[in-house]
Amino acid sequence: MDKRLDPIVKDLQEKFSATLTEFREEAHLFVTAEQVVSALTLLRDTHKFELLSALTASDYYPQTTPRFHVIYQLSSVSKNLTLQVRVPVNAASLKVPTAAHVYKVANWREREVFDMFGIVFEGHPDPRRILMPEDTEGHPLRKDYPLGYEEPQFTFNFDEIRVVKPAPKE
Amino acid sequence: MSQIEEVSVDQFKHLVSERAIRGETMLLNMGPQHPSTHGVLRVLLELDGETIVNCIPDIGYLHTGVEKNMEAKTFQKAEVMTDRLDYMNPLGNNLSYVLAVEKLVDLDVPARAQAIRVILVELQRIASHMVWLGAFGLDLAAMSMFLYCFRERERILDIFELVSGQRMMTTYIRPGGVWRDVPVEFDKAVREFVQMFHKRVDEYERLLTRNPIFIDRLVGIGYLTVETALQYGVTGPNLRASGSDWDLRKARPYMGYEQYDFNIPTRPEGDTYARYIVRIEELRESLKIIEQALNKMPLGPVNSDNRKFVPPPRAEIGVSMEALIHHFKLWTEGFPAPKNSVYSAVESPRGELGMYLEGDGGPKPYRIHLRTPSFDNLAVLPEIVKGHLVADLVAILASIDIVLGDIDR
Repeated sequence: MDKRLDPIVKDLQEKFSATLTEFREEAHLFVTAEQVVSALTLLRDTHKFELLSALTASDYYPQTTPRFHVIYQLSSVSKNLTLQVRVPVNAASLKVPTAAHVYKVANWREREVFDMFGIVFEGHPDPRRILMPEDTEGHPLRKDYPLGYEEPQFTFNFDEIRVVKPAPKE
Repeated sequence: MSQIEEVSVDQFKHLVSERAIRGETMLLNMGPQHPSTHGVLRVLLELDGETIVNCIPDIGYLHTGVEKNMEAKTFQKAEVMTDRLDYMNPLGNNLSYVLAVEKLVDLDVPARAQAIRVILVELQRIASHMVWLGAFGLDLAAMSMFLYCFRERERILDIFELVSGQRMMTTYIRPGGVWRDVPVEFDKAVREFVQMFHKRVDEYERLLTRNPIFIDRLVGIGYLTVETALQYGVTGPNLRASGSDWDLRKARPYMGYEQYDFNIPTRPEGDTYARYIVRIEELRESLKIIEQALNKMPLGPVNSDNRKFVPPPRAEIGVSMEALIHHFKLWTEGFPAPKNSVYSAVESPRGELGMYLEGDGGPKPYRIHLRTPSFDNLAVLPEIVKGHLVADLVAILASIDIVLGDIDR
């Protein structure tokens, strides 16, 4: 981890009792969903992380507490630093307050996370799906969502597939 | 599939002005088949006469679920999907993905492979900017630009074919190095291209840079400040045209970019014309990097000799039992990655191309997120087109250089 990150990490640990993990020189800070907006605001205003590089999520199904991590990858253009903020989200609540007013880029990125994982960002200005069609059921990047793979029809499973997938009528 | 769904304006009521609800302004679809939207993009415009009041981009027409598909493939096989994201920058995507994999499994790359990667990625940057410049000219009715630019791009694609056998979907950069060493003709082919291209950039500039019609269409259009750009996550030439000198090649050098001497072109204006100038200057800087990399290209292997991650050379398999086992294991099972995550980013022709890659101890990516620059660059569009004419939207859209395959993934 970059030495210049130490005071920033310390500040967040004191204010939000955030936990820190490190891997390959990258710092990952865990904060709770209630704290994330104030943590991001603090990082943006005080510590000059002007750029929200990426906002995504990861699904740890079948584990349910926490089932998801919402991941905020921050970059500081003026100080040339990066920091990752991770928010664990339980399968029971699935709610994170929106960061769209902290970083405007979060508007579209949160729509994407909602679309793909079904995590609801409370107070989002435009909570629609972004990539999938409006009438899609389910959230494709969840681990319990099937890939939609079509099994090839060989001799040994010929009849089985014909039963499941009948040929189109003439 | 002939069902037509009626959409009421209520769905968009939080996005359009009051006047649209009352029917005073017009809602107009631009796209998805509009030629100047560069792919399949629909822009819903709220127009007051010819002035844009609101603009709502609608994306997702090219969504192919690349992230989900990659989760089902081993690290080596998933790379093939990255070629197809941003079809103007396949080698850059390969590099971004491969760097993430190498960071995750902690794999070193020999110096020669690094130099080859840099040359190819910079050539790719030129090729991508050529398509951009051609399409930009085309949108502004400078038809001939398109023909000139594609002529030069064809030369670059020939070089890619020379090294990888493929013109576009190369998958040439592999975890641990590159697929194979470049052929002997490579050096000559690249040098000839560089020599020719210096003159060609001057030619483009003579055609466009001081062209009064071109300047009239571009200067003062689509103004973007640094603060807005950073808020919207805009990176790459679009950000640099607003005055910031943020370039990952300089800020966080990868693949030995720190040993090359090049400048980061910036412009303070932040309008459409500045974005054009920055990209033209970037062409020259890329040529500089390519020349330096060619001149000091080290000799040696092009692949890491860590056999747990990189398949052994063909000749070794016939004589070494161990090599055979490694080869078999790598292509049937793949290599395991630690249960942790990394984020690595490169400077693509469009901005910060980042990969969030997570392993779970197995040979497949547990989760991969592609932070594609076009996505954020398009998100800023509603902000910068407000108050402009519809004809200006075409110029602005062309100037921010979006690739829909990159946005929708």
